[in-house]
Amino acid sequence: MTLTVWDQEVRGGQAAQIRELNKQFQEKYPNVTIKRVAKSFEDLNTTLKLAVSGPRAPDVVQANQGRPVMGQLVRARLLRPLTDYEQVYGWDDRYSKLLLDLNKFSPDAKQFGVGDLYGLSQMGEIVGLFYNKRLVRTVPETLEQFEQQLAAAKRAGQTPIEFGNLDKWPGIHEYETVLGRYATPQQVSDFVFAADGASFDAPEFTDAARAIQGWAKSGYFTEDFNGVGYDPAWQRFTRGQSPYLIAGTWLVADLARAMGDDVGFTILPARSAGEDPVALGGEGLPFTITTASKNPDVAAAYIDFITDANAARVLVETDNLPAMTVPDGVAPTDGLIGDVFSAWRELNAANGIIPYLDYATPTFYDDISAAIQELLAGKQSPEEFTQGVEAKYSEFAGSL
Amino acid sequence: MSAIEPATTSSPASAVAAGVAGAEARPDWPLGGTRKEARPPGEPRRVGYLYVLPAFLILAGFILYPLGHAVYLSLWHWDGLTVGTWAGLSNYGDVVSDPALRAAFGHALLLLVFYALLPVAIGLLIAGLVARAQVRGLAFFRTVIFLPQVIAMVVVAVMWRMIYDPENGALNELLRAVGLGSLTQSWLGDFNLALPSVGGIATWVYYGLAMVLLTAGVQKIPQSLYDAARVDGAGPVREFFAVTLPGLRGEIAVALTLTTIFALRNFDLVYITTKGGPGNQTSVPAFEVYDRAFQSGQVGSAAAIGISLALVIFLISVLINRVAERGAR
Repeated sequence: MTLTVWDQEVRGGQAAQIRELNKQFQEKYPNVTIKRVAKSFEDLNTTLKLAVSGPRAPDVVQANQGRPVMGQLVRARLLRPLTDYEQVYGWDDRYSKLLLDLNKFSPDAKQFGVGDLYGLSQMGEIVGLFYNKRLVRTVPETLEQFEQQLAAAKRAGQTPIEFGNLDKWPGIHEYETVLGRYATPQQVSDFVFAADGASFDAPEFTDAARAIQGWAKSGYFTEDFNGVGYDPAWQRFTRGQSPYLIAGTWLVADLARAMGDDVGFTILPARSAGEDPVALGGEGLPFTITTASKNPDVAAAYIDFITDANAARVLVETDNLPAMTVPDGVAPTDGLIGDVFSAWRELNAANGIIPYLDYATPTFYDDISAAIQELLAGKQSPEEFTQGVEAKYSEFAGSL
Repeated sequence: MSAIEPATTSSPASAVAAGVAGAEARPDWPLGGTRKEARPPGEPRRVGYLYVLPAFLILAGFILYPLGHAVYLSLWHWDGLTVGTWAGLSNYGDVVSDPALRAAFGHALLLLVFYALLPVAIGLLIAGLVARAQVRGLAFFRTVIFLPQVIAMVVVAVMWRMIYDPENGALNELLRAVGLGSLTQSWLGDFNLALPSVGGIATWVYYGLAMVLLTAGVQKIPQSLYDAARVDGAGPVREFFAVTLPGLRGEIAVALTLTTIFALRNFDLVYITTKGGPGNQTSVPAFEVYDRAFQSGQVGSAAAIGISLALVIFLISVLINRVAERGAR
């Protein structure tokens, strides 16, 4: 039989791992042929809805988390709930709670983060703090120490944090990283999942907005950051004139190549020492099964195969950060990649991952990315920022 | 200016008129039946529809049907997947009443200055110069100035994003190199400058097109008109307004129509350079269409914006051609 799979694992290590796992799967089950349709992320997102609602829908597709893509597909009953397979295969032991919640919806798709499981992801990612070891002698343990280092770097004529926000989305990562110091992971995920009573116009969200606007006003970010692209910003960091860069683990390979042993990775410290780590993070696009699939059992076996312990080993070998639990002795411990693996393990153990805000509503990416540009440019006060975003959000939440 | 031919008196239009006059001899109609008196000579026959049918079918299948379908979609609230709900004209109401969309249309109109007015003005200036003087290597310069037209807009946008980079961009480097460091800007990141900066790219791309159209037009103006103007004592400015400008009316209309359409359908430039930012300072209708149709699942609204945009383009084009024709009379 043939299993048609649409994925977007087309780059570097991602492409290598899926090729390897597909090969192993077909060796293990010789009666199954995998017909792989690889597309870029953008291409997949724009064609997916038409494909799964068409007459010859694929069996397994990668559908992006959140209401805009997965939510709409669930509401249209185009994805099959996987809760039965979850119990058979014991998937809930493989992931920390948030990573499973992110792929859950109620059957009418009105509630996000609860209800049935619809897919599993392979890769994890964290947005954290890259630091230049030549400039940062001691890694800060509290937010206050971190801010003191920023001020000192500014006085020394350095750019304390490299940041480019011309592409609009990096601002979300910057704001949410700071938000993790003020709001609890539960509060942020309640907001993203639109739990009862969740609101953006809360003191913690305003405090985070005030803090990051203060950094912008103090000149802690790259000059003219709203006009600087994302890539030029991290490339400047590699030139060694800046102590810090707030960015995602997808840059690890590039940064390690450019800076060698001079770069380290950590999580932005909490306001007081010893608190559980909190960081913005997430997981790759989940593999889901379409309701049109004639072989859901085979599809489930495939999804199980590409997310089990053997898959975790393949992911590590191909330079990826597995989202699922990694068997002992497999994870690297040295260098930048070692920092990332240990941060991921600590975060998952503490349930400290906060989800991307733009999952919240179908239009939230546009709403918040524009608002953050205005906040950081001083066009909006922190109060106007949280109230304005909440107004957009409640329009949607009211329609649930 | 030896290339310029003297204007001939028999235009193609008058040749057609002569043909129609000749048809009064009432030849036998090979296919059109025998009741000649039922139809004035030269009027279209029904068999003519058969001849245009293949072209019409293609037009209908690829343009009219999608257009009609878009109009139909614009009357629904639809996310692209589930059953839509009837919206009536409310999607169109939003185009007018939603401040964000109104702003997007406002930005598009401001971009008209950079896409249409400035390139045509620069083109006219160059055409005026060419009309007066023999420029050595004109073909070469024309090619160089036209070159941006040949480059894909995506490439142009990526390149200008680098040029506009506040720290390492060519523009700020140049300003610093000539001692104007105080004028350096965050071109795409400044809330007031971003839209003009995006517009500046468009001016750079399209003035070559306007120039080629207009200099070609200038060479068609009879030299005798310039001679007459000079005999009457006209200076260069007077000559430009009395001879060159009226002679280029048709070309100006074409250049304005083309660049206006480019301005209003602008998507690629904004998508690559600013994604509508900072804030929403550079959002344009075509970008909103893409965003709503493919990103946020508001297909009906996207269709309504698209139809409105098509209407605006149609109205402005009609207006430009009306003005050009009225001036010609």
